[in-house]
Amino acid sequence: MDITTTTDVPPPASPPSLTERKRAARGATRPGDRIFLGLSRGSGILLLVIMAAIAVFLTYRASLAISRDHGNFLTTFEWNTNLNPPVFGIAVLAFGTIVSSVIAMAIAVPVAVAIALFLTHYAPRRLSGPIAYVIDLLAAVPSIVYGLWGALILVPHLRGLYGWLDTYFGWTGILSWEEGAPRTMLAVGILLAIMILPIITNVSREVFRQVPRMHEEAALALGATRWEVIRMSVLPFGRSGVISASMLGLGRALGETMAVATVLSPDYDIHASLLNPGGGTFAQNIAGKFGEASEQGRDALIASGLVLFVITLLVNGAARAIIARRKEYSGANA
Amino acid sequence: MAKRIDVSGLTAYYGSHKAIEDISMTVEPRSVTAFIGPSGCGKSTFLRTLNRMHEVTPGGRVEGKVLLDAEDLYGAGVDPVSVRREVGMVFQRPNPFPTMSIFDNVAAGLRLNGNYKKSELNDIVEKSLKGANLWNEVKDRLNKPGSGLSGGQQQRLCIARAIAVEPKVLLMDEPCSALDPISTLAIEDLIGELKDRFTIVIVTHNMQQAARVSDRTAFFNLAAVGQPGRLVEIDDTERIFSNPSVQATEDYISGRFG
Repeated sequence: MDITTTTDVPPPASPPSLTERKRAARGATRPGDRIFLGLSRGSGILLLVIMAAIAVFLTYRASLAISRDHGNFLTTFEWNTNLNPPVFGIAVLAFGTIVSSVIAMAIAVPVAVAIALFLTHYAPRRLSGPIAYVIDLLAAVPSIVYGLWGALILVPHLRGLYGWLDTYFGWTGILSWEEGAPRTMLAVGILLAIMILPIITNVSREVFRQVPRMHEEAALALGATRWEVIRMSVLPFGRSGVISASMLGLGRALGETMAVATVLSPDYDIHASLLNPGGGTFAQNIAGKFGEASEQGRDALIASGLVLFVITLLVNGAARAIIARRKEYSGANA
Repeated sequence: MAKRIDVSGLTAYYGSHKAIEDISMTVEPRSVTAFIGPSGCGKSTFLRTLNRMHEVTPGGRVEGKVLLDAEDLYGAGVDPVSVRREVGMVFQRPNPFPTMSIFDNVAAGLRLNGNYKKSELNDIVEKSLKGANLWNEVKDRLNKPGSGLSGGQQQRLCIARAIAVEPKVLLMDEPCSALDPISTLAIEDLIGELKDRFTIVIVTHNMQQAARVSDRTAFFNLAAVGQPGRLVEIDDTERIFSNPSVQATEDYISGRFG
Protein backbone atom coordinates (compact mmCIF):
# COMPACT_ATOMS: atom_id res chain seq x y z
CA MET A 1 0.00 0.00 0.00
CA ASP A 2 1.53 3.29 -1.00
CA ILE A 3 -0.74 5.85 0.63
CA THR A 4 2.28 7.51 2.21
CA THR A 5 4.28 8.24 -0.93
CA THR A 6 2.39 11.40 -1.88
CA THR A 7 4.89 13.46 0.06
CA ASP A 8 8.65 13.16 -0.05
CA VAL A 9 8.89 13.57 3.69
CA PRO A 10 8.25 10.39 5.65
CA PRO A 11 5.20 10.82 7.86
CA PRO A 12 5.72 11.06 11.62
CA ALA A 13 5.81 7.65 13.20
CA SER A 14 2.42 6.92 14.66
CA PRO A 15 1.38 3.65 16.29
CA PRO A 16 -0.06 1.44 13.52
CA SER A 17 -3.81 0.91 13.63
CA LEU A 18 -5.31 -2.54 14.17
CA THR A 19 -6.07 -3.07 10.49
CA GLU A 20 -2.59 -2.02 9.52
CA ARG A 21 -1.09 -4.45 11.98
CA LYS A 22 -3.31 -7.24 10.68
CA ARG A 23 -2.30 -6.39 7.16
CA ALA A 24 1.36 -6.38 8.11
CA ALA A 25 0.98 -9.78 9.71
CA ARG A 26 -0.39 -11.15 6.47
CA GLY A 27 2.66 -9.83 4.65
CA ALA A 28 2.81 -7.58 1.64
CA THR A 29 -0.10 -8.05 -0.74
CA ARG A 30 0.60 -7.98 -4.45
CA PRO A 31 -2.05 -7.16 -7.05
CA GLY A 32 -2.05 -10.73 -8.37
CA ASP A 33 -2.68 -12.12 -4.91
CA ARG A 34 -5.50 -9.68 -4.32
CA ILE A 35 -7.16 -10.48 -7.65
CA PHE A 36 -6.89 -14.20 -7.03
CA LEU A 37 -8.20 -13.82 -3.50
CA GLY A 38 -11.16 -11.84 -4.82
CA LEU A 39 -11.87 -14.38 -7.53
CA SER A 40 -11.70 -17.45 -5.33
CA ARG A 41 -13.63 -15.83 -2.50
CA GLY A 42 -16.21 -14.59 -4.99
CA SER A 43 -16.68 -18.05 -6.53
CA GLY A 44 -17.06 -19.57 -3.08
CA ILE A 45 -19.72 -17.07 -2.11
CA LEU A 46 -21.48 -17.43 -5.47
CA LEU A 47 -21.69 -21.19 -4.96
CA LEU A 48 -23.30 -20.74 -1.56
CA VAL A 49 -25.73 -18.19 -2.95
CA ILE A 50 -26.76 -20.52 -5.79
CA MET A 51 -27.19 -23.44 -3.38
CA ALA A 52 -29.26 -21.32 -1.04
CA ALA A 53 -31.38 -20.00 -3.90
CA ILE A 54 -32.11 -23.53 -5.14
CA ALA A 55 -32.94 -24.75 -1.66
CA VAL A 56 -35.25 -21.80 -0.99
CA PHE A 57 -36.98 -22.19 -4.35
CA LEU A 58 -37.48 -25.94 -4.00
CA THR A 59 -38.65 -25.76 -0.42
CA TYR A 60 -41.02 -22.91 -1.19
CA ARG A 61 -42.65 -24.57 -4.19
CA ALA A 62 -42.73 -27.91 -2.42
CA SER A 63 -44.37 -26.45 0.66
CA LEU A 64 -47.03 -24.83 -1.54
CA ALA A 65 -47.82 -28.21 -3.07
CA ILE A 66 -47.79 -30.14 0.18
CA SER A 67 -50.06 -27.64 1.93
CA ARG A 68 -52.64 -28.07 -0.86
CA ASP A 69 -52.33 -31.87 -0.92
CA HIS A 70 -55.56 -33.49 0.12
CA GLY A 71 -54.01 -36.92 0.48
CA ASN A 72 -51.15 -37.88 2.75
CA PHE A 73 -47.98 -36.79 0.99
CA LEU A 74 -45.99 -39.72 2.34
CA THR A 75 -48.48 -42.58 2.14
CA THR A 76 -51.01 -41.90 -0.62
CA PHE A 77 -50.86 -44.32 -3.60
CA GLU A 78 -52.13 -41.73 -6.03
CA TRP A 79 -50.83 -38.89 -8.19
CA ASN A 80 -53.83 -36.76 -9.20
CA THR A 81 -52.55 -33.23 -9.29
CA ASN A 82 -55.33 -31.99 -11.58
CA LEU A 83 -58.07 -32.62 -9.05
CA ASN A 84 -59.17 -29.76 -6.90
CA PRO A 85 -57.99 -30.18 -4.23
CA PRO A 86 -55.12 -32.38 -5.58
CA VAL A 87 -54.42 -35.80 -4.13
CA PHE A 88 -50.88 -37.16 -4.37
CA GLY A 89 -48.28 -39.06 -2.37
CA ILE A 90 -44.76 -40.33 -2.90
CA ALA A 91 -45.02 -43.82 -1.39
CA VAL A 92 -44.99 -45.57 -4.79
CA LEU A 93 -42.05 -43.51 -6.03
CA ALA A 94 -40.02 -44.01 -2.88
CA PHE A 95 -40.66 -47.75 -3.04
CA GLY A 96 -39.75 -48.01 -6.72
CA THR A 97 -36.65 -45.85 -6.39
CA ILE A 98 -35.32 -47.77 -3.42
CA VAL A 99 -36.17 -51.22 -4.78
CA SER A 100 -34.58 -50.61 -8.18
CA SER A 101 -31.48 -49.12 -6.56
CA VAL A 102 -31.15 -51.98 -4.09
CA ILE A 103 -31.36 -54.52 -6.95
CA ALA A 104 -28.76 -52.52 -8.87
CA MET A 105 -26.40 -52.36 -5.89
CA ALA A 106 -26.86 -56.05 -5.05
CA ILE A 107 -25.75 -56.95 -8.57
CA ALA A 108 -23.20 -54.23 -9.28
CA VAL A 109 -21.15 -54.03 -6.07
CA PRO A 110 -19.97 -57.66 -5.92
CA VAL A 111 -19.30 -57.76 -9.65
CA ALA A 112 -17.44 -54.42 -9.57
CA VAL A 113 -15.30 -55.44 -6.61
CA ALA A 114 -14.51 -58.73 -8.32
CA ILE A 115 -13.51 -56.97 -11.53
CA ALA A 116 -11.37 -54.48 -9.59
CA LEU A 117 -9.62 -57.29 -7.72
CA PHE A 118 -9.06 -59.17 -10.95
CA LEU A 119 -7.55 -56.11 -12.60
CA THR A 120 -5.26 -55.26 -9.69
CA HIS A 121 -4.27 -58.69 -8.39
CA TYR A 122 -4.86 -61.40 -10.95
CA ALA A 123 -4.78 -60.09 -14.50
CA PRO A 124 -1.45 -59.81 -16.29
CA ARG A 125 -0.54 -56.17 -16.80
CA ARG A 126 -0.98 -56.22 -20.58
CA LEU A 127 -4.55 -57.43 -20.09
CA SER A 128 -5.58 -55.16 -17.21
CA GLY A 129 -4.84 -51.96 -19.15
CA PRO A 130 -7.22 -52.64 -22.04
CA ILE A 131 -9.94 -53.97 -19.75
CA ALA A 132 -9.76 -50.87 -17.57
CA TYR A 133 -10.00 -48.76 -20.72
CA VAL A 134 -13.14 -50.54 -21.89
CA ILE A 135 -14.71 -50.05 -18.47
CA ASP A 136 -13.91 -46.34 -18.69
CA LEU A 137 -15.69 -46.29 -22.04
CA LEU A 138 -18.77 -47.87 -20.47
CA ALA A 139 -18.95 -44.94 -18.08
CA ALA A 140 -19.03 -42.54 -21.01
CA VAL A 141 -22.08 -44.06 -22.71
CA PRO A 142 -25.04 -41.64 -22.39
CA SER A 143 -27.87 -42.92 -20.25
CA ILE A 144 -30.45 -42.64 -23.04
CA VAL A 145 -28.34 -45.10 -25.05
CA TYR A 146 -28.41 -47.49 -22.11
CA GLY A 147 -32.17 -46.95 -21.99
CA LEU A 148 -32.62 -47.79 -25.67
CA TRP A 149 -30.38 -50.82 -25.39
CA GLY A 150 -32.31 -51.90 -22.31
CA ALA A 151 -35.71 -51.55 -23.98
CA LEU A 152 -34.74 -53.07 -27.33
CA ILE A 153 -32.20 -55.76 -26.40
CA LEU A 154 -32.18 -56.45 -22.67
CA VAL A 155 -35.92 -56.61 -22.02
CA PRO A 156 -36.80 -59.10 -24.80
CA HIS A 157 -34.00 -61.37 -23.60
CA LEU A 158 -35.18 -61.37 -20.00
CA ARG A 159 -38.13 -63.71 -20.65
CA GLY A 160 -36.00 -66.79 -20.13
CA LEU A 161 -34.65 -65.48 -16.83
CA TYR A 162 -38.12 -64.46 -15.67
CA GLY A 163 -39.53 -67.89 -16.49
CA TRP A 164 -36.74 -69.57 -14.58
CA LEU A 165 -37.14 -67.28 -11.57
CA ASP A 166 -40.91 -67.84 -11.61
CA THR A 167 -40.50 -71.61 -11.74
CA TYR A 168 -38.05 -71.90 -8.86
CA PHE A 169 -38.70 -68.80 -6.76
CA GLY A 170 -42.24 -67.88 -7.73
CA TRP A 171 -43.49 -69.23 -4.39
CA THR A 172 -41.77 -66.33 -2.60
CA GLY A 173 -44.26 -63.90 -4.13
CA ILE A 174 -41.64 -61.30 -4.97
CA LEU A 175 -40.41 -63.32 -7.97
CA SER A 176 -43.66 -64.58 -9.45
CA TRP A 177 -44.39 -63.74 -13.07
CA GLU A 178 -47.65 -63.40 -14.98
CA GLU A 179 -46.04 -63.69 -18.43
CA GLY A 180 -46.31 -59.94 -19.11
CA ALA A 181 -43.63 -57.91 -20.89
CA PRO A 182 -40.54 -57.89 -18.68
CA ARG A 183 -40.51 -54.07 -18.47
CA THR A 184 -40.43 -54.25 -14.69
CA MET A 185 -38.49 -53.22 -11.62
CA LEU A 186 -36.13 -56.17 -12.00
CA ALA A 187 -35.28 -55.10 -15.55
CA VAL A 188 -34.69 -51.56 -14.30
CA GLY A 189 -32.47 -52.88 -11.50
CA ILE A 190 -30.39 -54.96 -13.92
CA LEU A 191 -29.98 -52.04 -16.30
CA LEU A 192 -29.03 -49.69 -13.47
CA ALA A 193 -26.51 -52.25 -12.26
CA ILE A 194 -24.81 -52.20 -15.66
CA MET A 195 -24.83 -48.42 -15.66
CA ILE A 196 -23.24 -47.99 -12.23
CA LEU A 197 -20.75 -50.83 -12.68
CA PRO A 198 -17.99 -48.69 -14.28
CA ILE A 199 -17.84 -46.02 -11.58
CA ILE A 200 -17.77 -48.55 -8.75
CA THR A 201 -15.16 -50.62 -10.58
CA ASN A 202 -12.91 -47.67 -11.32
CA VAL A 203 -12.92 -46.20 -7.84
CA SER A 204 -12.43 -49.63 -6.23
CA ARG A 205 -9.56 -50.39 -8.59
CA GLU A 206 -7.83 -47.15 -7.61
CA VAL A 207 -8.25 -47.99 -3.93
CA PHE A 208 -7.01 -51.56 -4.30
CA ARG A 209 -4.00 -50.33 -6.22
CA GLN A 210 -3.02 -48.10 -3.33
CA VAL A 211 -2.83 -50.90 -0.78
CA PRO A 212 0.67 -50.52 0.65
CA ARG A 213 3.01 -53.25 -0.52
CA MET A 214 4.08 -53.90 3.07
CA HIS A 215 0.54 -54.86 4.12
CA GLU A 216 0.37 -57.42 1.35
CA GLU A 217 3.83 -58.73 2.18
CA ALA A 218 2.83 -59.06 5.83
CA ALA A 219 0.15 -61.52 4.80
CA LEU A 220 2.35 -63.26 2.22
CA ALA A 221 5.12 -63.83 4.77
CA LEU A 222 2.66 -65.59 7.05
CA GLY A 223 1.97 -68.08 4.30
CA ALA A 224 -1.18 -66.55 2.89
CA THR A 225 -2.43 -67.57 -0.53
CA ARG A 226 -3.35 -64.90 -3.03
CA TRP A 227 -6.99 -64.98 -1.94
CA GLU A 228 -5.97 -64.83 1.72
CA VAL A 229 -3.77 -61.81 1.00
CA ILE A 230 -6.81 -60.13 -0.53
CA ARG A 231 -8.95 -61.05 2.45
CA MET A 232 -6.41 -60.02 5.11
CA SER A 233 -4.83 -56.95 3.54
CA VAL A 234 -6.52 -55.68 0.42
CA LEU A 235 -10.20 -55.78 1.33
CA PRO A 236 -9.82 -54.30 4.84
CA PHE A 237 -7.67 -51.50 3.46
CA GLY A 238 -10.06 -50.85 0.59
CA ARG A 239 -13.24 -51.16 2.61
CA SER A 240 -14.02 -47.48 3.07
CA GLY A 241 -13.05 -46.76 -0.52
CA VAL A 242 -15.42 -49.45 -1.78
CA ILE A 243 -18.18 -47.97 0.36
CA SER A 244 -17.52 -44.53 -1.12
CA ALA A 245 -17.48 -46.02 -4.62
CA SER A 246 -20.79 -47.78 -3.96
CA MET A 247 -22.32 -44.54 -2.73
CA LEU A 248 -21.29 -42.80 -5.94
CA GLY A 249 -22.96 -45.60 -7.86
CA LEU A 250 -26.02 -45.53 -5.63
CA GLY A 251 -26.32 -41.79 -6.18
CA ARG A 252 -26.44 -42.37 -9.90
CA ALA A 253 -28.93 -45.22 -9.57
CA LEU A 254 -31.27 -43.20 -7.34
CA GLY A 255 -31.36 -40.27 -9.72
CA GLU A 256 -31.28 -42.09 -13.06
CA THR A 257 -34.09 -40.84 -15.27
CA MET A 258 -33.93 -41.66 -18.96
CA ALA A 259 -32.91 -45.29 -18.70
CA VAL A 260 -35.67 -46.00 -16.18
CA ALA A 261 -38.26 -44.10 -18.19
CA THR A 262 -37.34 -46.01 -21.35
CA VAL A 263 -37.40 -49.48 -19.83
CA LEU A 264 -40.12 -49.37 -17.19
CA SER A 265 -43.75 -49.69 -18.05
CA PRO A 266 -45.03 -47.54 -15.18
CA ASP A 267 -48.26 -47.37 -13.28
CA TYR A 268 -48.87 -45.71 -9.97
CA ASP A 269 -48.97 -48.67 -7.65
CA ILE A 270 -46.74 -50.90 -5.55
CA HIS A 271 -46.44 -54.46 -6.83
CA ALA A 272 -45.24 -57.26 -4.61
CA SER A 273 -43.52 -59.08 -7.48
CA LEU A 274 -40.46 -57.58 -9.12
CA LEU A 275 -41.38 -59.44 -12.30
CA ASN A 276 -44.70 -57.69 -12.89
CA PRO A 277 -44.77 -54.36 -14.71
CA GLY A 278 -45.59 -51.15 -12.93
CA GLY A 279 -44.35 -48.90 -10.21
CA GLY A 280 -42.23 -45.85 -10.76
CA THR A 281 -39.27 -43.88 -9.49
CA PHE A 282 -38.91 -40.24 -8.50
CA ALA A 283 -36.83 -39.22 -11.46
CA GLN A 284 -38.85 -41.23 -13.98
CA ASN A 285 -42.11 -39.79 -12.62
CA ILE A 286 -40.85 -36.22 -12.84
CA ALA A 287 -39.55 -36.68 -16.36
CA GLY A 288 -42.75 -38.34 -17.47
CA LYS A 289 -45.18 -35.84 -16.01
CA PHE A 290 -43.39 -32.51 -15.95
CA GLY A 291 -44.12 -31.52 -19.53
CA GLU A 292 -47.88 -31.74 -19.25
CA ALA A 293 -48.21 -30.74 -15.61
CA SER A 294 -50.16 -27.72 -14.45
CA GLU A 295 -48.55 -25.18 -12.15
CA GLN A 296 -49.96 -27.15 -9.24
CA GLY A 297 -48.69 -30.41 -10.72
CA ARG A 298 -45.21 -28.98 -11.15
CA ASP A 299 -45.10 -27.95 -7.51
CA ALA A 300 -46.05 -31.49 -6.52
CA LEU A 301 -43.28 -32.91 -8.74
CA ILE A 302 -40.81 -30.49 -7.18
CA ALA A 303 -41.88 -31.73 -3.76
CA SER A 304 -41.18 -35.31 -4.84
CA GLY A 305 -37.76 -34.17 -6.11
CA LEU A 306 -37.04 -32.72 -2.70
CA VAL A 307 -37.77 -36.11 -1.13
CA LEU A 308 -35.31 -37.77 -3.53
CA PHE A 309 -32.75 -35.17 -2.49
CA VAL A 310 -33.34 -35.97 1.20
CA ILE A 311 -33.04 -39.72 0.54
CA THR A 312 -29.73 -39.17 -1.23
CA LEU A 313 -28.49 -37.07 1.70
CA LEU A 314 -29.50 -39.76 4.18
CA VAL A 315 -27.73 -42.45 2.16
CA ASN A 316 -24.57 -40.37 2.03
CA GLY A 317 -24.76 -39.65 5.74
CA ALA A 318 -25.13 -43.34 6.49
CA ALA A 319 -22.11 -44.17 4.34
CA ARG A 320 -20.03 -41.56 6.13
CA ALA A 321 -21.12 -42.94 9.47
CA ILE A 322 -20.07 -46.46 8.43
CA ILE A 323 -16.66 -45.19 7.34
CA ALA A 324 -16.17 -43.08 10.48
CA ARG A 325 -17.23 -45.81 12.88
CA ARG A 326 -14.10 -47.82 12.18
CA LYS A 327 -11.74 -44.95 11.54
CA GLU A 328 -9.54 -46.15 14.40
CA TYR A 329 -8.94 -49.30 12.39
CA SER A 330 -8.48 -47.66 9.02
CA GLY A 331 -5.23 -48.10 7.18
CA ALA A 332 -4.66 -44.38 6.95
CA ASN A 333 -2.28 -44.14 9.88
CA ALA A 334 -0.01 -46.97 8.90
CA MET B 1 12.11 -77.39 15.87
CA ALA B 2 14.68 -75.03 14.41
CA LYS B 3 16.18 -76.16 11.14
CA ARG B 4 19.47 -75.78 9.34
CA ILE B 5 19.64 -73.80 6.10
CA ASP B 6 22.01 -74.94 3.33
CA VAL B 7 22.31 -72.60 0.38
CA SER B 8 24.32 -73.61 -2.66
CA GLY B 9 25.00 -71.73 -5.87
CA LEU B 10 22.12 -69.31 -5.45
CA THR B 11 21.64 -66.59 -8.06
CA ALA B 12 18.66 -64.20 -8.07
CA TYR B 13 17.34 -61.98 -10.84
CA TYR B 14 15.00 -59.05 -11.22
CA GLY B 15 13.89 -59.56 -14.81
CA SER B 16 17.15 -59.66 -16.74
CA HIS B 17 19.10 -57.91 -13.99
CA LYS B 18 21.22 -60.26 -11.92
CA ALA B 19 21.01 -59.01 -8.33
CA ILE B 20 23.10 -61.61 -6.50
CA GLU B 21 25.35 -64.30 -7.86
CA ASP B 22 26.43 -67.74 -6.78
CA ILE B 23 25.92 -67.54 -3.04
CA SER B 24 26.55 -70.58 -0.87
CA MET B 25 26.40 -70.74 2.92
CA THR B 26 25.21 -72.78 5.83
CA VAL B 27 23.17 -71.42 8.70
CA GLU B 28 23.17 -73.57 11.84
CA PRO B 29 19.94 -74.18 13.74
CA ARG B 30 19.37 -72.16 16.93
CA SER B 31 21.92 -69.54 15.99
CA VAL B 32 21.78 -65.91 14.89
CA THR B 33 23.40 -65.06 11.58
CA ALA B 34 23.80 -61.41 10.61
CA PHE B 35 24.13 -60.14 7.03
CA ILE B 36 26.10 -56.92 6.67
CA GLY B 37 27.27 -54.96 3.67
CA PRO B 38 26.71 -51.71 1.82
CA SER B 39 23.28 -50.72 0.46
CA GLY B 40 22.32 -52.41 -2.77
CA CYS B 41 24.67 -55.36 -2.30
CA GLY B 42 21.81 -57.85 -2.28
CA LYS B 43 21.54 -58.76 1.44
CA SER B 44 17.80 -58.21 1.50
CA THR B 45 17.31 -59.89 -1.84
CA PHE B 46 19.21 -62.91 -0.58
CA LEU B 47 17.17 -62.92 2.64
CA ARG B 48 13.97 -62.88 0.62
CA THR B 49 15.07 -65.89 -1.41
CA LEU B 50 15.14 -67.91 1.83
CA ASN B 51 11.34 -67.84 2.16
CA ARG B 52 10.53 -67.45 -1.53
CA MET B 53 9.40 -63.85 -1.08
CA HIS B 54 11.79 -62.74 -3.81
CA GLU B 55 9.61 -64.19 -6.54
CA VAL B 56 6.65 -62.09 -5.34
CA THR B 57 8.34 -59.08 -6.94
CA PRO B 58 7.43 -58.88 -10.65
CA GLY B 59 10.26 -60.42 -12.65
CA GLY B 60 11.88 -61.98 -9.61
CA ARG B 61 13.37 -65.45 -10.12
CA VAL B 62 15.97 -67.64 -8.53
CA GLU B 63 18.48 -70.29 -9.58
CA GLY B 64 20.26 -72.61 -7.19
CA LYS B 65 19.33 -74.57 -4.12
CA VAL B 66 18.10 -73.70 -0.66
CA LEU B 67 17.84 -76.72 1.61
CA LEU B 68 15.86 -76.52 4.83
CA ASP B 69 17.30 -79.55 6.61
CA ALA B 70 16.96 -81.89 3.64
CA GLU B 71 14.06 -80.31 1.78
CA ASP B 72 14.81 -78.11 -1.25
CA LEU B 73 12.65 -74.97 -1.04
CA TYR B 74 12.91 -74.55 -4.79
CA GLY B 75 12.29 -78.19 -5.61
CA ALA B 76 9.64 -79.14 -8.13
CA GLY B 77 6.18 -79.20 -6.65
CA VAL B 78 7.11 -77.18 -3.55
CA ASP B 79 4.38 -74.67 -2.76
CA PRO B 80 5.84 -71.24 -1.88
CA VAL B 81 2.90 -70.69 0.46
CA SER B 82 3.87 -73.67 2.59
CA VAL B 83 7.53 -72.54 2.54
CA ARG B 84 6.49 -69.22 4.05
CA ARG B 85 4.60 -71.00 6.78
CA GLU B 86 7.88 -72.64 7.80
CA VAL B 87 10.11 -69.60 7.35
CA GLY B 88 8.71 -66.51 9.05
CA MET B 89 9.71 -62.96 8.26
CA VAL B 90 9.87 -59.58 10.03
CA PHE B 91 10.17 -56.49 7.86
CA GLN B 92 12.07 -53.25 8.00
CA ARG B 93 9.01 -51.15 8.77
CA PRO B 94 6.57 -52.55 11.31
CA ASN B 95 3.56 -53.74 9.34
CA PRO B 96 0.80 -54.99 11.62
CA PHE B 97 -2.51 -55.42 9.82
CA PRO B 98 -4.01 -51.98 10.38
CA THR B 99 -7.61 -53.13 10.45
CA MET B 100 -7.02 -55.90 12.97
CA SER B 101 -6.86 -55.79 16.74
CA ILE B 102 -3.67 -56.77 18.57
CA PHE B 103 -5.14 -60.20 19.27
CA ASP B 104 -6.22 -60.76 15.68
CA ASN B 105 -2.83 -59.70 14.40
CA VAL B 106 -1.09 -62.39 16.42
CA ALA B 107 -3.79 -64.93 15.57
CA ALA B 108 -3.76 -64.08 11.85
CA GLY B 109 -1.22 -66.73 10.85
CA LEU B 110 -2.85 -69.37 13.01
CA ARG B 111 -6.22 -68.73 11.43
CA LEU B 112 -4.64 -69.26 8.01
CA ASN B 113 -3.14 -72.55 9.05
CA GLY B 114 -6.16 -74.25 10.44
CA ASN B 115 -8.93 -74.45 12.95
CA TYR B 116 -8.11 -73.64 16.52
CA LYS B 117 -10.47 -73.54 19.44
CA LYS B 118 -10.94 -70.16 21.07
CA SER B 119 -9.09 -71.33 24.19
CA GLU B 120 -6.16 -72.66 22.13
CA LEU B 121 -5.95 -69.35 20.28
CA ASN B 122 -5.96 -67.45 23.57
CA ASP B 123 -3.10 -69.57 24.88
CA ILE B 124 -0.98 -69.27 21.74
CA VAL B 125 -1.55 -65.52 21.46
CA GLU B 126 -0.56 -65.02 25.09
CA LYS B 127 2.50 -67.24 24.70
CA SER B 128 3.58 -65.45 21.52
CA LEU B 129 3.13 -61.99 22.99
CA LYS B 130 5.10 -63.09 26.05
CA GLY B 131 7.73 -64.52 23.73
CA ALA B 132 7.95 -61.14 22.02
CA ASN B 133 8.19 -59.32 25.40
CA LEU B 134 5.02 -57.44 24.62
CA TRP B 135 2.44 -59.17 26.80
CA ASN B 136 2.68 -56.88 29.83
CA GLU B 137 2.28 -53.78 27.69
CA VAL B 138 -0.79 -54.94 25.75
CA LYS B 139 -2.59 -57.54 27.88
CA ASP B 140 -5.28 -55.02 28.86
CA ARG B 141 -5.97 -53.85 25.33
CA LEU B 142 -5.84 -56.93 23.15
CA ASN B 143 -8.94 -55.75 21.30
CA LYS B 144 -7.49 -52.38 20.38
CA PRO B 145 -6.01 -51.90 16.89
CA GLY B 146 -2.38 -52.89 16.47
CA SER B 147 -1.69 -49.70 14.56
CA GLY B 148 -2.24 -47.71 17.77
CA LEU B 149 0.97 -49.04 19.34
CA SER B 150 4.33 -47.27 19.22
CA GLY B 151 6.78 -48.22 16.46
CA GLY B 152 8.84 -50.46 18.72
CA GLN B 153 5.74 -52.16 20.10
CA GLN B 154 4.41 -52.65 16.57
CA GLN B 155 7.64 -54.33 15.57
CA ARG B 156 7.44 -56.67 18.57
CA LEU B 157 3.81 -57.32 17.63
CA CYS B 158 5.04 -58.34 14.18
CA ILE B 159 7.58 -60.65 15.80
CA ALA B 160 4.82 -62.14 17.97
CA ARG B 161 2.75 -62.64 14.83
CA ALA B 162 5.65 -64.35 13.07
CA ILE B 163 6.53 -66.71 15.96
CA ALA B 164 2.90 -67.59 16.73
CA VAL B 165 2.89 -70.08 13.87
CA GLU B 166 6.07 -71.74 15.21
CA PRO B 167 8.24 -71.31 12.11
CA LYS B 168 11.48 -73.23 11.78
CA VAL B 169 13.40 -70.12 10.74
CA LEU B 170 12.86 -66.43 11.43
CA LEU B 171 14.12 -63.90 8.88
CA MET B 172 14.52 -60.27 9.92
CA ASP B 173 15.09 -57.56 7.35
CA GLU B 174 16.63 -54.59 9.18
CA PRO B 175 14.04 -54.95 11.94
CA CYS B 176 15.37 -51.99 13.97
CA SER B 177 16.17 -49.45 11.31
CA ALA B 178 12.89 -47.58 11.84
CA LEU B 179 13.13 -47.68 15.64
CA ASP B 180 14.64 -45.54 18.39
CA PRO B 181 17.60 -46.87 20.45
CA ILE B 182 15.48 -48.07 23.38
CA SER B 183 13.10 -50.02 21.15
CA THR B 184 16.13 -51.34 19.30
CA LEU B 185 17.60 -52.62 22.55
CA ALA B 186 14.30 -54.35 23.36
CA ILE B 187 14.34 -56.12 19.99
CA GLU B 188 18.00 -57.11 20.35
CA ASP B 189 17.32 -58.62 23.78
CA LEU B 190 14.41 -60.44 22.25
CA ILE B 191 16.57 -61.87 19.47
CA GLY B 192 18.90 -63.27 22.13
CA GLU B 193 15.96 -65.08 23.73
CA LEU B 194 14.40 -66.27 20.49
CA LYS B 195 17.52 -68.00 19.24
CA ASP B 196 16.95 -70.81 21.73
CA ARG B 197 13.89 -71.77 19.70
CA PHE B 198 14.47 -70.57 16.16
CA THR B 199 17.12 -70.26 13.51
CA ILE B 200 17.45 -66.51 13.04
CA VAL B 201 18.84 -64.58 10.10
CA ILE B 202 19.02 -60.80 10.40
CA VAL B 203 19.98 -58.16 7.87
CA THR B 204 21.40 -55.04 9.47
CA HIS B 205 23.20 -51.85 8.55
CA ASN B 206 24.30 -51.38 12.11
CA MET B 207 27.59 -53.18 12.65
CA GLN B 208 27.47 -52.82 16.42
CA GLN B 209 24.12 -54.55 16.24
CA ALA B 210 25.55 -57.39 14.21
CA ALA B 211 28.39 -57.70 16.73
CA ARG B 212 25.96 -57.65 19.68
CA VAL B 213 23.32 -60.11 18.52
CA SER B 214 24.86 -62.56 16.09
CA ASP B 215 26.91 -65.73 16.37
CA ARG B 216 27.94 -65.70 12.73
CA THR B 217 28.29 -62.77 10.36
CA ALA B 218 28.20 -62.76 6.57
CA PHE B 219 29.68 -59.84 4.65
CA PHE B 220 28.16 -59.07 1.23
CA ASN B 221 29.58 -56.70 -1.35
CA LEU B 222 29.42 -55.75 -5.01
CA ALA B 223 32.37 -56.76 -7.12
CA ALA B 224 32.00 -53.41 -8.89
CA VAL B 225 29.22 -50.94 -9.65
CA GLY B 226 26.65 -52.64 -11.88
CA GLN B 227 27.89 -56.11 -10.95
CA PRO B 228 25.71 -58.52 -8.97
CA GLY B 229 26.17 -58.74 -5.20
CA ARG B 230 28.12 -61.64 -3.79
CA LEU B 231 29.06 -63.15 -0.48
CA VAL B 232 32.56 -62.05 0.49
CA GLU B 233 32.90 -64.19 3.56
CA ILE B 234 30.99 -65.74 6.41
CA ASP B 235 32.60 -66.56 9.73
CA ASP B 236 32.13 -66.39 13.48
CA THR B 237 31.09 -62.89 14.40
CA GLU B 238 33.99 -62.50 16.79
CA ARG B 239 36.46 -63.36 14.06
CA ILE B 240 34.80 -61.13 11.44
CA PHE B 241 35.04 -58.14 13.73
CA SER B 242 38.54 -58.85 15.03
CA ASN B 243 40.49 -60.63 12.37
CA PRO B 244 38.59 -61.18 9.11
CA SER B 245 40.28 -63.26 6.48
CA VAL B 246 39.41 -60.93 3.58
CA GLN B 247 40.83 -57.40 3.37
CA ALA B 248 37.54 -55.96 1.97
CA THR B 249 35.69 -57.05 5.10
CA GLU B 250 38.19 -55.34 7.35
CA ASP B 251 38.01 -52.17 5.23
CA TYR B 252 34.22 -52.13 5.49
CA ILE B 253 34.09 -52.81 9.20
CA SER B 254 36.74 -50.25 10.06
CA GLY B 255 35.05 -47.64 7.87
CA ARG B 256 37.84 -47.50 5.27
CA PHE B 257 35.39 -48.48 2.61
CA GLY B 258 34.92 -46.88 -0.77
